[in-house]
Amino acid sequence: MSGSVAVIDYGMGNLHSVASALAHAGADRVLVTHDADLIREADRVVFPGVGAIRDCMAEIRRLRCDQLLADALADGHKPVLAICVGMQALMSHSEENGGVPCLDTIPGEVRYFGNPLVGSQGERLKVPHMGWNEVRQERDHPLWQGIADLTRFYFVHSYYVDAIERELVAGSVQYGVTFDAALARDNLFAVQFHPEKSHTAGLRLLRNFLEWNGQC
Amino acid sequence: MGLAKRIIPCLDVENGRVVKGVNFVDIRDAGDPVEIAIRYNEQGADEITFLDITASHEGRDTTVHTVEKIAEEVFIPLTVGGGIRTVDDIRTMLNAGADKVSINTAAIHNPDLVRESAERFGSQCIVVAIDAKRVADVDGQPRWEIFTHGGRKPTGIDAVAWAVRMAALGAGEILLTSMDRDGTKNGFELGVTRAITDAVEIPVIASGGVGNLDHLVDGILLGGADAVLAASIFHFGEYTVPEAKAYMAARGIEVRL
Repeated sequence: MSGSVAVIDYGMGNLHSVASALAHAGADRVLVTHDADLIREADRVVFPGVGAIRDCMAEIRRLRCDQLLADALADGHKPVLAICVGMQALMSHSEENGGVPCLDTIPGEVRYFGNPLVGSQGERLKVPHMGWNEVRQERDHPLWQGIADLTRFYFVHSYYVDAIERELVAGSVQYGVTFDAALARDNLFAVQFHPEKSHTAGLRLLRNFLEWNGQC
Repeated sequence: MGLAKRIIPCLDVENGRVVKGVNFVDIRDAGDPVEIAIRYNEQGADEITFLDITASHEGRDTTVHTVEKIAEEVFIPLTVGGGIRTVDDIRTMLNAGADKVSINTAAIHNPDLVRESAERFGSQCIVVAIDAKRVADVDGQPRWEIFTHGGRKPTGIDAVAWAVRMAALGAGEILLTSMDRDGTKNGFELGVTRAITDAVEIPVIASGGVGNLDHLVDGILLGGADAVLAASIFHFGEYTVPEAKAYMAARGIEVRL
C-alpha cells in the first residue's frame, strides 16, 4: 500500500503526467496540491518542477511550499521524491537567470552546461541535454531496485546539479561533464531526469518510491 | 557511451483520427491515435510527435481530448504541433499533457511568440518547426528557404539564419522538415540538415523523406541530427522501431535498446 501521495503544485507547468505516472505505478491516491494540510497528511511527497528557476523559487516561497517541504523532510520517515527543477531547487544556489539563491536543503551548486560543451571524443554536445542517457548507480538504494546499472532515463535540462557532499550522490551521468543525476539523503531521493517520461524504467522507479519506507 | 540518438514516430491527426493510416497487423482500429501511440510506446519509441492537421475550431477540442488520453497512457515525451498560434494554444496543449509544443507558421508571423512562450513555459517545451526548401545557389553555395502552406509559399527567409534566430529567442529544439523530400522516400536532405545542426547549439530533429533504415543512419551520421522523425516506414509496418534501432546500433549509433 502506497497510501496517499501529494504532488506539490506551485503553479509551474503541468503536473498531470507526474500524477498519472504515479497512478499507473500503483499509487492508491494522488493529490496535486499546494494545500498545507493535505501535504502534511500525505504519506509521500513528490516535489516536481519545470521551467526557469527564478520563477520556480518565487512561487515556491510565495506559496510557502519551502516550509511544507522542510516539514516533510524533517518528518524523517516520509518518503520525498524531487524531480528535475525540484531537485535543483533543493541546492544552495543556481547559475540560471543570472544567479538565484535556492533552498539550501542540500549544499551545492546548479551549474550551466557551458557553451561550447565538448564530449570525450572532442565532439560538440548540444544544450539542452535532451533525451535518454545512461545513469550510473553510484550506490545501492531502494529506489534502484530492479533497475539495471546504466539504464537510460529521459533528461531535458540545461543546468546540472553539483553537490558538495559526494556521499549523497546516488546516480551520475556523463555529458561533457559528470553530473549528479540522483541524490539520496535519509527520506529524500532527488533525480534530474523525468521518471514520469522514462517509460518502463521510470515507472519502476516510481513504484519503488511508492513501496519505499523512507530508510536507506 | 552517452546520450542516445532518438527515434520519433510521427502521427498526422485530423479530427481525432490518424489520417495516413497505420498498418499494425494486430491493431483493432488503425485510425485511433491513442492506440497507435501506445503501440509505439511499447515498441520502444523514444518520443512521439503528434501533428494536428485539423482545420476546424471544433476539431481542436477533439485534439485536446486525444492528447489528454495519450498522456494518461504513454510515459514517454509527447510533442504536439500543428495550428499552434498563441501562448494560450501552447498552454492548452501543455495542460492537456503535451511535454513539448511545436510552433511553425506562427513563429514566422510573430517571432516574439517563441521568446514569450520560452520565458513563460521554459525552452525545454518549445520546439520550432522549420519547413525548408532548396532555392537557387548564392555564390555557388546551396541555400534553403523557409516555405509555408505545405511547401507552396516562399517566405524569402534563409532557413539556417532562421534556425539560429529561433535558438537565440529561446527555442529548445528544431524540427527540420525538407519540403523537397517530404513524402518522397528518398531520404533526408542532408545538406540543410548538416548546415542547421552545425549552426545551432540546440538539438535538431531531422524529418521528411525517410524511405528506409539507411536514411535514418545518414540523418544522424551525415546530417548530424540528434533525432530522426519518420511516419510512413513505421505506420505501414515496413519496419518496426526495434528494427530501426538495431540497424542504427549496428552502424555505431548510440540508441536506447
